Parts: sequence; structure tokens; C-alpha cells
Amino acid sequence: MLDIQKIRADFPILNQKVNGKPLVYFDNGATSQKPQVVIDAISKYYQEINANIHRGVHTLSQLATDAYEIARGKVQNHINAKHAHEVLFTSGTTFGINLVANGFAAILKPGDEVVVSHLEHHSNIVPWQMLCEKTGANLKVIPMNENGELIMAEYDKLLSDKTKIVAVNHISNALGTINPIKYMIDKAHVVGAAILIDGAQSVPHLKPDVQALDCDFYAFSGHKMCGPTGTGILYGKEVWLNKLPPYQGGGEMIKEVTFEKTTYAELPHKFEAGTPHIEGGIVLGTAIDYMNEVGFENIQQQELELLAYATQKLSEIEGLRIYGNSKNKTSVISFNIEGIHPYDIGSIIDKLGIAVRTGHHCAQPIMNFFGIPGTIRASFSFYNTKEEIDALVEAVKKAQMMLS
Amino acid sequence: MKIKDIQDEIVDEFSMFDDWMQRYEYIIELGKNLPLIKEEFKVDENLIKGCQSKVWLQGEQNDDKIIFTADSDAILTKGIIAILIRVFSNQTPKDIIDADMSFIDEIGLKEHLSPTRANGLVSMIKNIKMYALAFNVKN
Repeated sequence: MLDIQKIRADFPILNQKVNGKPLVYFDNGATSQKPQVVIDAISKYYQEINANIHRGVHTLSQLATDAYEIARGKVQNHINAKHAHEVLFTSGTTFGINLVANGFAAILKPGDEVVVSHLEHHSNIVPWQMLCEKTGANLKVIPMNENGELIMAEYDKLLSDKTKIVAVNHISNALGTINPIKYMIDKAHVVGAAILIDGAQSVPHLKPDVQALDCDFYAFSGHKMCGPTGTGILYGKEVWLNKLPPYQGGGEMIKEVTFEKTTYAELPHKFEAGTPHIEGGIVLGTAIDYMNEVGFENIQQQELELLAYATQKLSEIEGLRIYGNSKNKTSVISFNIEGIHPYDIGSIIDKLGIAVRTGHHCAQPIMNFFGIPGTIRASFSFYNTKEEIDALVEAVKKAQMMLS
Repeated sequence: MKIKDIQDEIVDEFSMFDDWMQRYEYIIELGKNLPLIKEEFKVDENLIKGCQSKVWLQGEQNDDKIIFTADSDAILTKGIIAILIRVFSNQTPKDIIDADMSFIDEIGLKEHLSPTRANGLVSMIKNIKMYALAFNVKN
């Protein structure tokens, strides 16, 4: 069991008032708050070892390079990658997906197929659409059911020897559905397709084991798992990363440059052009250490309790409908109240100190499926409490009263 | 009535409220009382960009004045546009272009004036002023 008050004390931002009310932060799906150790590590980096990496012979540069590579190793251990050079530092999930989609432009032929799902965030749709436009490949979409679950029988039917890559999220950002990715990975491999998992919403809640999953790519962001914004990881199997062309040209990613020909650096540097977000990468390692100290079993237990409690309490509100009712879901509740626009509810409960996301959550196809302009999304983290959920329920009731 | 006089009147009305809840309740009431826009004007070309809710705004010339009608699928947004319509509808293009907007601050809606706010108040004002500019050029 977690000592929630002790955990909350790690997050200085939680202890404040917004609009005169105690802050209730339920927008964790957008970004998580940062513990003091992470905040301290950022300033410690700039106070003690700031230097450019992989370049200088001087001591500071060596210290910064070591710290950066130690962080890469921490990520490798965390996701159980076989090699450290399969772990690429990126600016976030979006960058990782674009890197892979861009690389596949060199592989796809007209008539090939790319499979995505109806549950994707725009950042796991648009790069693939751009890829299809560039190559003449076709985009196929795995449909979903009323519970917000992907229909596996339809997925099976979509796969064929034309399928070259499947891109699907581990957990839906808009609905919280946990997708059966192990099944999907194995099925993709049967037809010889590669598969990319968008892990942006999963890494705050669980520890992915990329070798056990056997996925070809796994992309995620640091800022949703207590790390700094502008950080992220793309895991790729060595064989795939060697096959894909570099995404950006520049310093760091080369072996030798002449005006006639340039040869590229070895992995991971081939994909890490330019000076990276050094402090961010190092501190992402600190964030991962922090989350492992809290413990993912504890995190899941606390979050599932919050989910069950909030689902029950919110369901008692008349006219409230929850979107996404999969048995396999994480601590996200997307909902609407009959006859009221989500923006109106969001605006009023903000005045009551409650931070939620309203709108289409960058997942318009999901909103279109349900025929709604958007939802109110409350996404819980391990540092949230049942008392905060009570405050949300009271605030929603108050907004409902004012608006109807 | 002149724009400035209407704005003063609105500032007066809002000064009776002690807290945000009363202000919001009044905005909601204004939203509910906003006259219906003609269905033919609720088209995509009249949608204002930059709003999390949908806002349709239509301006029509009536002699030397512009008549605005609008609608939104969110009631708070509808209330805010109702305030703007009360200020700007049935005014001349020149007066609309020259109008000062500091009354928004005075009625406690300053936070809605930030260009990054998802309600699009700034876009609404911009669209109203664009209508005025267009009619001004046409005349």
C-alpha cells in the first residue's frame, strides 16, 4: 500500500490553490506532475555538469556524456531492451512515430498497406497518412465497438501479405482502453509486417517488456511519466533500426563527411542528429528511478482503486455517460452529461480548482464514432486521492445544476 | 445607443455580482436568451476557428449598420457572444472598428481575453471587426 500523503509531498505543485480552491489535478493523461527529485536533478545538471556530449575531451563533457549514456541504460533496463543502442532519445512519442513513418517511405511500394486503429491519437494517424500519400500505400483502420474496444476479428481480416506495418497504441488516450497488443504483435508477425506500439499512455501506468512483447518499435514520452517535457524514447529492434534510413541529417549522426559522400554513424547516433535535450535525457532517467521506487504494482493498485471509485461515484450522476467501458482499461474516465457541452462543464469545474481535459483529445475519429463534439476526461495518477474524486463529483454536480 | 454606452451598461450590470458563480450564471442566462440564428447561416463558412465549441457568426448590412446573429453549441460561449452582439449589433462599421474592448476586463472576463483560451473570444472579436472592415470597404 502506498502512503499517499507521503507521495503527494514529493510533488510541490499539488500543494497549491487554483481559483481559491485546492488544486485537483486530473489531467495526468496530458502530462504528469514532477516530483522534487526530478526538479532538483534538472538544476543539478546545469549547476554541475552542463556541457555538450559525445564531442569534447574535457572533463565536463565526459561527465555529461556518461550521465546521458547512464540514462539510456536505465531506459534499456526499464523496458528490457536487448541492447542500449536500440534505445533512441527523441523529443517525444510524436517524434518517434514520425521517425519510423518517414523511414518506411524507403520501404513501401504502391498498393502496400499500413494498418492503424480507430482508437489512435492523431499523432499515430497523420504520420501514416503522410507516408501513404508519399508512397501510394493504403491506410486500413481496425474498427472499434461501443465499449471502445478494438474488434480483433476485424483486425485479423485486415492483415495480409500486403500489410507492411501496423501502428497501434498500447492504451487509448481518449478512453483508457488497454489494447491486446501481444496478440496484435504476434498476428502482425505472422504476415511478416512490422508493428509499432504507441506507448505514450501506457508508460505512466506499467512497465513494458519489449522483448517479451516482441514489438518492432515502441515509442513513448518522458513528460507523462514524471519526466521533463521534450523528452521521449523510441525503442526499435536493432535489425529494423539498421534497415531504416536516418531521419535528420546533422552533427553527431555521421561517421565521415565529404562533399562527395557521407557515411552514417552507428546506432543509436545515426538517429540522434544535433545536440540533444541532454538534461532532459538524464532527468528522464531520474524520473524512471523515481517511478520504480514507488513501484509499478503500487501505482497500478492505487490507480485501479481510483478508477473503480470514480466510475461508481460519477455513474450516480443523472444523465452522465461514460465513454470507454472496456474491462481492460486504465485510470481514465471520459464522460459527458446529457444536453451539456463538455466545454461548459470544464470551464465551470476549473473555477472550482479542478483540472480536466475537455474536447476531442486529439482523437476526432473516436468522437465521430460516438457522434459527440468531445468529452470531459479525468485521468488519474497514483498521487491522486478519493477525496479529490469526491471534489470532482461535487463540482460536476454543481456545474450540471448551473447549466441545466 | 452608442457602443460605449452599451458597454457601460453591461459593466453596471456585472458590478452587482459578488463572485464568479453569479457572473457565470448571468452569462448562461444571456446565452439561453440569445435570439436564434437563421438555420441557413449555421454553415461551416460561418464557423469561427479557435473555439473548442462551435460558434457560428453571421453579419448582415442594414442601411449603414451591421446586424449580427450567432449561435454556439456551448452555453457559456453562447452567453459571451450574446454580450458581443449586444455591444456590436446595429452599429456602423466605423464605430465597430474603433471600439475599445477594455470593458471585457471590467466585467471580470479578462481571463477569456487570452489568445490561447479555447473559447475563442479573441477570434469572435476579430471576426466581428473583420465584418466591419469588409462592409466599410464595400461602402
